[in-house]
Amino acid sequence: MSTTVFTNARVVDPSRGIDETGTVIVEDGTIRAAGADALNQGVPEGASLVDCAGKAVLPGLVDARVFVGEPGAEHRETIASASRAAAAGGVTSFIMMPDTAPVIDDVALVEFVLRTARETALVNVFPAAAITKGLAGGDLSEFGLLHEAGAVALTEGRHTVASALVMRRALTYARDMEIVVSHATQDPTLASSGVMNEGLLASWLGLPGIPREAEAIPLQRDLMLARLTGGRYHAAEISTAMSAAAMRRAKDEGLPVTAGISINNLCLNENDVGEYRTFFRLSPPLRGEEDRLAMVEALREGTVDIIVSAHDPQDVDTKRLPFAEAAVGAIGLETLLAAALRLYHSGDVPLLRLVEALSTAPARLFGLPGGTLKPGAPADLVVVDLDAPWVVREADIRSLSKNTAFEGARMQGRVLQTLVAGATVFSA
Amino acid sequence: MTEAPAFPLFPHRHLLGIKGLSPLDIEMLLDRADAAVAVSRQPLKKLATLRGRTQINLFYEASTRTQSSFELAGKRLGADVMNMSVASSSTKKGETLLDTAATLNAMRPDILVIRHSAAGAAALLAQKVGCSVVNAGDGAHEHPTQALLDALTIRRAKGRIAGLLVAICGDVLHSRVARSNIILLNALGARVRVVAPSTLMPTGLAQMGVEPFTVMEDGLKGADVVMMLRLQRERMAGSFVPSVREYFRFYGLDARKLKAAKEDALVMHPGPMNRGVEIASEVADGPQSVIQEQVEMGVAVRMAVMEALLDPRRNEGDGE
Repeated sequence: MSTTVFTNARVVDPSRGIDETGTVIVEDGTIRAAGADALNQGVPEGASLVDCAGKAVLPGLVDARVFVGEPGAEHRETIASASRAAAAGGVTSFIMMPDTAPVIDDVALVEFVLRTARETALVNVFPAAAITKGLAGGDLSEFGLLHEAGAVALTEGRHTVASALVMRRALTYARDMEIVVSHATQDPTLASSGVMNEGLLASWLGLPGIPREAEAIPLQRDLMLARLTGGRYHAAEISTAMSAAAMRRAKDEGLPVTAGISINNLCLNENDVGEYRTFFRLSPPLRGEEDRLAMVEALREGTVDIIVSAHDPQDVDTKRLPFAEAAVGAIGLETLLAAALRLYHSGDVPLLRLVEALSTAPARLFGLPGGTLKPGAPADLVVVDLDAPWVVREADIRSLSKNTAFEGARMQGRVLQTLVAGATVFSA
Repeated sequence: MTEAPAFPLFPHRHLLGIKGLSPLDIEMLLDRADAAVAVSRQPLKKLATLRGRTQINLFYEASTRTQSSFELAGKRLGADVMNMSVASSSTKKGETLLDTAATLNAMRPDILVIRHSAAGAAALLAQKVGCSVVNAGDGAHEHPTQALLDALTIRRAKGRIAGLLVAICGDVLHSRVARSNIILLNALGARVRVVAPSTLMPTGLAQMGVEPFTVMEDGLKGADVVMMLRLQRERMAGSFVPSVREYFRFYGLDARKLKAAKEDALVMHPGPMNRGVEIASEVADGPQSVIQEQVEMGVAVRMAVMEALLDPRRNEGDGE
């Protein structure tokens, strides 16, 4: 029986509303106690003691939107390399998107991901399966069988289901199978050839814009279908004030709906695109500063439930191109926590709410273990120096791809140690 | 060698857009171009300014007019000019712009002239090559030599640019010519109007230093210069405008609409023209048209730009 005791820590556990100085006791891979009174029963004999000297202990982050290149594009990212990046970023569980080659729309692929993860990954990897076969927007994949095999959610990944009928059926059937449908919305006809936020900046750059309505229109449709069907709907990534307003109304109505936001849309805006910097070509596109501020507020108040990294590894061959020809996406697993802590340091979002959105809420939404320091929970946790300054350097990135939107960025808050089921998978 | 007065050193290595140029930079290029016009009008048109220098024209979009203008400009300056029509070569085999750039760079050219369908392509190329880059049009972003030749044409006809009222008419949304002209004309103190259906106006147009008009006669009222833009026929398919005849009725420049402008207003068009779509022949070939002068000024402006970029004084303190 092995026991580790983290003393003198700032224990943050949103699942119990705790943010206090105390102790975390880990025993055989599970949490035995965490909080100010954890030492009431004394230090177990033979335990190894770790003095955290006031550093924070949080439940490990749960990242609900991660793209990996395995199978099909292993040169961009494998499950193993993504898990190393995750561990370094304090992410102990992530949900992998089905946009692989082949697409994860079949039981055999779910099993492949789980097996590969078991054999090679440092952190917990949960596959999400495609809503429609081949992400083609037509026939539904086998929700029930996929769920049974271990898919934790259904999602169309980078795609948006164009047909309202298919979406209605998906939500209805997913309700029966008790599985969440997570959907990133962008109307392909309205977004058309758009490559960045529509506005003055795009006009000067001569780049076709994506109006905010391209996100909000299919989102509104989905919310109405969620009301019609009672299906569990999660808006995977919203980025505009009008989307947040739609979510707020739907939640006020009591619909079973939730929303996520990419860390990029919380920390960056369209000005970061500068002179055609392709690492800032993202989906949803970086919006204006008013939208970013509205999203921070939506996160603070809970209209937006969770934060995702939207980790999307792209190689030189897909990014070193003219802006409109470059692939969409940025990596984010290693910078998710530090970037999110900007909102804590700026005083915009309290730490407890931030950790809830990064860990507790996504675990609860998708029914995953973790996201809590409750006794009996798996010891997925992260020790963080909330104040330590550092600079993001390409050379330090563990992902196989280096397309970070935070190159050279100054961060405050550094992961010191990451544990998955009590085992240290990263230490600084 | 031009015996003309020594021009100040052009403080930029590339010409990627009008944005970033000061009014002084622009005036200097126009002055140089004036001198180049004189050269082109001599019977013996060849200079030795760029003798021994290599110019590569890298055209990813077909453009007879701009490419031959750059070619002629280079040749009149004595440069060795090579045309790469990339539309038909290795790019079809999947080679990226930057790989092509690296290959060309290894041939050690002194100046690369690039035309590409993607906005930002010229800037991307400039980051990766060791020579000067001239943007000959990148997507809907900029076409700086077109704006310069338009300015030269106007300045020679009107004696000035400051204070003139210029109406840019047509498909501003997709037009790099419009963007470069809006920046240049504002920099030199002209008043700029845009006349177009709202579907062909970029978002935020009113904040781009122009006054938008959707009724052509209103937009042309009192104008000193009427600058027409080409309407690509594909725009009908994109639901930007319903039909050619409808477009011509409301936004095509004919003698009747031109009456709203000043009597001596210049009529300009960057070419190639769609007669009967954005412009009527009676106007294109009429006494107010300076469309042929624009072509002539094009060669002069491109000579001026390349001379300024490859100024021999630059090499003195500028080791690689």
